[in-house]
Amino acid sequence: MSEDRYALNKQLAQMLKGGVIMDVTTPEQAKIAQEAGACAVMALERIPADIRAAGGVPRMSDPKMIKGIQEAVSIPVMAKCRIGHFVEAQVLEAIEIDYIDESEVLSPADDVYHIDKRKFKVPFVCGAKDLGEALRRINEGASMIRTKGEPGTGDVVQAVRHMRKMNSEIAKVTSMREDELFEEAKQLGVPYELISFVHDNGRLPVVNFAAGGVATPADAAMMMQLGAEGVFVGSGIFKSGNPAKRAAAIVKAVTNYLDSKLIAELSEDLGEAMVGINEQEIALLMAERGK
Amino acid sequence: MKIGVLSVQGAFAEHIDKLKGMGADCIELRQRADLEQSFDGLILPGGESTVQGKLLQELHMLTPLRDRIRQGFPVLGTCAGLILLAQKISNDDAVWFGTLPVCVRRNAYGRQLGSFHTEAEVTGIGKVPMTFIRAPYVESLIADDSEILARVDGRIVAVKYGNQIGVAFHPELDEDQRIHEMFLQMCKSKVL
Repeated sequence: MSEDRYALNKQLAQMLKGGVIMDVTTPEQAKIAQEAGACAVMALERIPADIRAAGGVPRMSDPKMIKGIQEAVSIPVMAKCRIGHFVEAQVLEAIEIDYIDESEVLSPADDVYHIDKRKFKVPFVCGAKDLGEALRRINEGASMIRTKGEPGTGDVVQAVRHMRKMNSEIAKVTSMREDELFEEAKQLGVPYELISFVHDNGRLPVVNFAAGGVATPADAAMMMQLGAEGVFVGSGIFKSGNPAKRAAAIVKAVTNYLDSKLIAELSEDLGEAMVGINEQEIALLMAERGK
Repeated sequence: MKIGVLSVQGAFAEHIDKLKGMGADCIELRQRADLEQSFDGLILPGGESTVQGKLLQELHMLTPLRDRIRQGFPVLGTCAGLILLAQKISNDDAVWFGTLPVCVRRNAYGRQLGSFHTEAEVTGIGKVPMTFIRAPYVESLIADDSEILARVDGRIVAVKYGNQIGVAFHPELDEDQRIHEMFLQMCKSKVL
């Protein structure tokens, strides 16, 4: 990937900031999401809650289904491939997807190597639980980062944990003496240049969204107050009683995440939220996939 | 000089950083109450026009801002901002502000793989770096007195009409300050 292309890919993520990216499984859902104010949609065959329920080996979605969604909406369309599955990524690039999510929600295809994302022209977003993971993914060519959360649970605790951890590690690097950065780079297993960027700028070199377990306007606003630049909502919308209304409320809560009066209004009469499961109740922690 | 930057979604922070670096004050416009502060110009940043348009409407900012723009309030729209200003969108039924008499095409260069960076001449300021991200372009002018400021490969990518400037690219993403300077100049002459 040329430097120009990588810059353009990071810049597309900048255009998504302050927005909500929604998981959708059909063109109809994609239209509802766009209508509700999604800044992009994630096309997948099953939303994470159903993936969790169904078990088995979830893989990249049928390209035909993804194309159906590309035709249905004018906003960017993202799709997931398995961690390390570079051919699934090649397929997604071939159908001109706007962003690939190399995602722990699907079963990893490789338990050692992530995709060499520098080889691709299309941009990648990757999950990260902490600063080291984020910078390793960026070094591999990711142009956007999101927290991993614990997908499909409706439990926001992990997204909060990842975002707080990332922020405190960034703060620590920022406060280091310059001669300490070499050792920090070694500890995190990342290039010195990336640590040095974080030290000088107090942030990741790419946009950082929250993902995993966001189910309510208050969840989304909390992630924004914790420093997320935007929010992915997976199962939280189409597993709820009134998807269109909940989606629109989450979009507005992200825009005005400091206005608690407005968030109170937005939280009224949304119908049933997704039921959710607590992280202690689940056997498979997807966030532990890919480090 | 104080500039209001529409901050409902998109790359508003980049505009604010740039303007602050040039000595201008900025306020974020996130809801109707924010419009009560005084400011001398308006920036509509890049992002998703469908999201921004919808939020402008539902947060009750669309009509009051449209009224101001119609009365000659200085505005700079970049990418999604150009789409919000346009009187007509050739591949979409939506009209948001509808104050800039041009017809634009959304996602005119295709998906992300069609995004590109280039340089081109802008009337009055010379060669300017231009970053196009899933960008629109202007298909045609609706009013004769709209001024074409720049073309790339024959396609119109920057226009001026009264105190409205619309550009298809993202001047907030490049180091160059001349597009913002042109805008601040327009705000200054309006204030005096």
